Amino acid sequence: MNGYETIIGLEVHCELKTATKLFCGCPNMFGDEPNTNCCPVCVGLPGSLPVLNERAVEFAIRIGLALNCEVRWSNFHRKNYFYPDMPKDFQISQYDLPLNSNGTLELPDGTVIGITRAHMEEDTGKSTHLGGSGRIHGADSSLIDYNRSGVPLVEIVSEPDMRSGAQARAYVAELRAILVAVGATDGRMEEGSMRVDANVSVRKPGEPFGTRCEIKNLNSLRSLQRAIEFEALRQVDALESGERIIQETRHWDEQAGRTGSMRSKEEANDYRYFPEPDLVPLAPSDAWIEQIRSALPALPKERRARLLALVDKSDSATIDLVATVVDRELDDLVIEAVASGAPAQLAVTRAANELDAGGVLPSTASFAATCQMEAAGALSATQAKAVLAALVDEPNADPKELASRLGFEQLSEDSLGATIEEVIGANADEWSRYVGGDDKLAQFFIGKVMAATKGKANGKAVIAELQARRN
Amino acid sequence: MAGLARLELSPEEVETYTAQLGSILAHADDIAGLDLGGLEPMAHPFDIENVFRPDTVTPSLERDELLSQAPDVERNRFKVGRILGEAP
Amino acid sequence: MTESASKIASDVRSGARTAASTVKESLDAIAARDAELHAFLYVDDLGARAAAIVVDAAIEAGRDPGPLAGVPLALKDNLCVRGVATTCGSKILNGWKPPYTATVIERLVAAGAIPIGKTNLDEFAMGSSTENSAFGPSRNPHDTSKVPGGSSGGSAVAVAAGYVPVSLGSDTGGSIRQPAAFCGLVGYKPTYGHVSRYGLVAFSSSLDQIGPFANTVGDAALISTVICGHDPADSTSLRDGYPDLMGALERGVAGLRVGLCSDLLDGADDEIVAQVRAAAQVLEAAGAEIIDIAIPELRLGLSAYYLLAPAEASSNLARYDGVRFGLRVERDDVAAMNVATRTAGFGAEVKRRIMLGTYALSAGYYDAYYGQAQKTRRLITNALDNAYASVDVLLGATTPTTAFGFGDKVADPMSMYLSDLFTIPTNLAGHPAISVPFGVGATGMPIGVQILAPGRKDDLLFQVGAVLEKGAPA
Repeated sequence: MNGYETIIGLEVHCELKTATKLFCGCPNMFGDEPNTNCCPVCVGLPGSLPVLNERAVEFAIRIGLALNCEVRWSNFHRKNYFYPDMPKDFQISQYDLPLNSNGTLELPDGTVIGITRAHMEEDTGKSTHLGGSGRIHGADSSLIDYNRSGVPLVEIVSEPDMRSGAQARAYVAELRAILVAVGATDGRMEEGSMRVDANVSVRKPGEPFGTRCEIKNLNSLRSLQRAIEFEALRQVDALESGERIIQETRHWDEQAGRTGSMRSKEEANDYRYFPEPDLVPLAPSDAWIEQIRSALPALPKERRARLLALVDKSDSATIDLVATVVDRELDDLVIEAVASGAPAQLAVTRAANELDAGGVLPSTASFAATCQMEAAGALSATQAKAVLAALVDEPNADPKELASRLGFEQLSEDSLGATIEEVIGANADEWSRYVGGDDKLAQFFIGKVMAATKGKANGKAVIAELQARRN
Repeated sequence: MAGLARLELSPEEVETYTAQLGSILAHADDIAGLDLGGLEPMAHPFDIENVFRPDTVTPSLERDELLSQAPDVERNRFKVGRILGEAP
Repeated sequence: MTESASKIASDVRSGARTAASTVKESLDAIAARDAELHAFLYVDDLGARAAAIVVDAAIEAGRDPGPLAGVPLALKDNLCVRGVATTCGSKILNGWKPPYTATVIERLVAAGAIPIGKTNLDEFAMGSSTENSAFGPSRNPHDTSKVPGGSSGGSAVAVAAGYVPVSLGSDTGGSIRQPAAFCGLVGYKPTYGHVSRYGLVAFSSSLDQIGPFANTVGDAALISTVICGHDPADSTSLRDGYPDLMGALERGVAGLRVGLCSDLLDGADDEIVAQVRAAAQVLEAAGAEIIDIAIPELRLGLSAYYLLAPAEASSNLARYDGVRFGLRVERDDVAAMNVATRTAGFGAEVKRRIMLGTYALSAGYYDAYYGQAQKTRRLITNALDNAYASVDVLLGATTPTTAFGFGDKVADPMSMYLSDLFTIPTNLAGHPAISVPFGVGATGMPIGVQILAPGRKDDLLFQVGAVLEKGAPA
């Protein structure tokens, strides 16, 4: 970087997980048939009027409180600009009096990033571009679906406090975890429910901020980091070659791995903000704010701290595992398992690596018992993982019973091999046909082995042994 | 101004409008010079706050009725020509 | 049609007449004369007849269709009725049929009223004569060489010509009261927030209010009682503070303090000033106390209004872009299509106000124009509130002149705007006001006097209006 440092500020748009849109009762639903979740209000038909969704406000206040913001008297403004996916040709947003301002977000490594504001606004519709590459540039025409129009958003604007792509990535990851934890959003970046724009500039330390460029279309954590790293290098190269940085919006091209100028033909923007006359001010009472605050769940930082108190904090790998456990919302399970006797370090490791947060989880007792068995040497690491995998089908099963059914406890590899030899000897005809290529007979032999071991054999292990002997 | 408002004016219209807007703005000089520093700008006739609706789904429009009013439709979407430039 | 709405409704409810015959009478009157007067842009012949059958069937079945049973009604064509073309007097809507119905119309229909059709207006309610309608002006039934006033001119003509006993208009800066005065009718602008704006195509959202035209103060009260009320679909709709308008009609004015306001008179023609003073004497004779009062801040209303209303309009009218409904003038790219559509679809006055409003909101001018206008709005509202500490209502002229001739003010927008001088302040304050016919001028054209009251005190207007109506020159 030739002695330059990168200065990054992020704007994150987050769709709120309400049942309905921000200003009308149409469903807030991703993936429905186009233009089916539309009404006069969200399509901006003449004569329609907006009415604010109370739940959306509650979610926005949760976000504000989770980000240590001041939550204040605020109002809505119209941001005027023409664009076909915006039905009224103005966006109802907040301007000089946002609901949430002056907050902070602490990264897992302790760095504190300033939050300028977190305000409410409505989302736009979605365009599909026809002809050309399917991108906006070069398309012949566009098709618009207004299902997303009017979906509630909170835009979280950070201070320019980040200094690397990795740090920006950590910020968005932590922010996402917070937003999901407070129940305000599902945080699905790939579905566009979280969208990130990055403002990037470079400077020599101690100098004033350089001219910044805004990068759009950052729809994954990986893109975010790569785009920022590319853009910073591009700016350093430009400055080192004696060029000036032009303040502009740039587009991240994931495939090419570079940012490009959008070469917008739009006229200079003058949004002509003014107070939205069809809405009244939003003045959350102290009582309401306190009620929301008292109902806030534990935030990721606090939840990590609870887990870290149980494990070896000096080990950076463990710290990462703890972050993963919290990120996947497995921390309650781990803490309960530890309380019922599971060793903490092992429980964290197994939860982070073996459990599927989106799928069926083992009961606390089964998870704890599995960890205890592994710690006591009754199960090998591989066997413990297999037991955890099997618990997906029977979350409440006794791991001891499962382990024996999998053939892990009483049935060593040697005794399984001996049983298989006996079965082969007793069924020589079938065996020669199986060796000759009749695969259907695998089932026959597995059944025989299972019968001989009273079900204690591990099916996979039996197949492996049969295969080994067949070849 | 015409560009911001997505209007196109002929040179004659520009001339007429400039003169007319000039006279309207000249009339507005009677308030331009007032010292109103202590007054709160008034956006609403009444000081109502916190008007909400519950987060309850209400019926959307029938898509056919909505699209029947559109100048151009394709694949159940509103069709427009080429879009130059991304949203700001 | 000479009967009042209340007589029609009571006759229909009692079975003395049918809704069907009433509607036929109305449609016949329109057929006979509206080619000349051009009150209507659309007459919903079939819809009205069908609605009448429903009302009559209800009566026959022993059900009460409501307080406006069988009353034919005309609607300004900026009010949405599902499936009925709404033009706003503009080419840009190009046959647009709204997929929904305005709250006020739902309330009226639920009360038994029968919408007959949609009436002419200045394009998007911007104007004072209907000369800005893309479909040609309406004519004043009292003298067809004169304008009926505007912007709700068609709705005024529909009542003044005897087509219907009541109609709806919208009033942003005087668009009900001024045509009411020009056509010899009662025109009422309710307190802002008393009538739902849901389904009223917006001109200036913080000023627009729907209200009625009627031949009598009583009919205005009757229809207002139906249309006023809280609507959860309009965030600015008031939840409470709806006074009893019908009860106010017989209350009289004894002991009422009436402020005769010089700033609602100065600049008006002498014959109008004379009638306002005569009206004051009628009130005094009925026991009111007349107090001369000056509120010089009201003079600033015009400037504030002609910055605020165009600013809001410039934003409200952005959606007419050729994408989702209405006119489209096809071009290769969307921005060029927007420009071509809007340039072809909007008339001169609408373009002028969009330009003015865009300017007033633009960076660098916001504080000087829009911001200053918002503060002036507060100044005027405070001045009115102060005045109401010493008087109960204000009395003044509705308009500076009687109805003017076609073309008289078209070339100079400022002269047209000045005809709103006395009506604008109440819109800025959100207060109610009513224009009541009181005598005629030298040429025989009607004169209206205006009564203003504090917000939510609409009953005072009907109290005073009923007395003036009885005492008006024959």
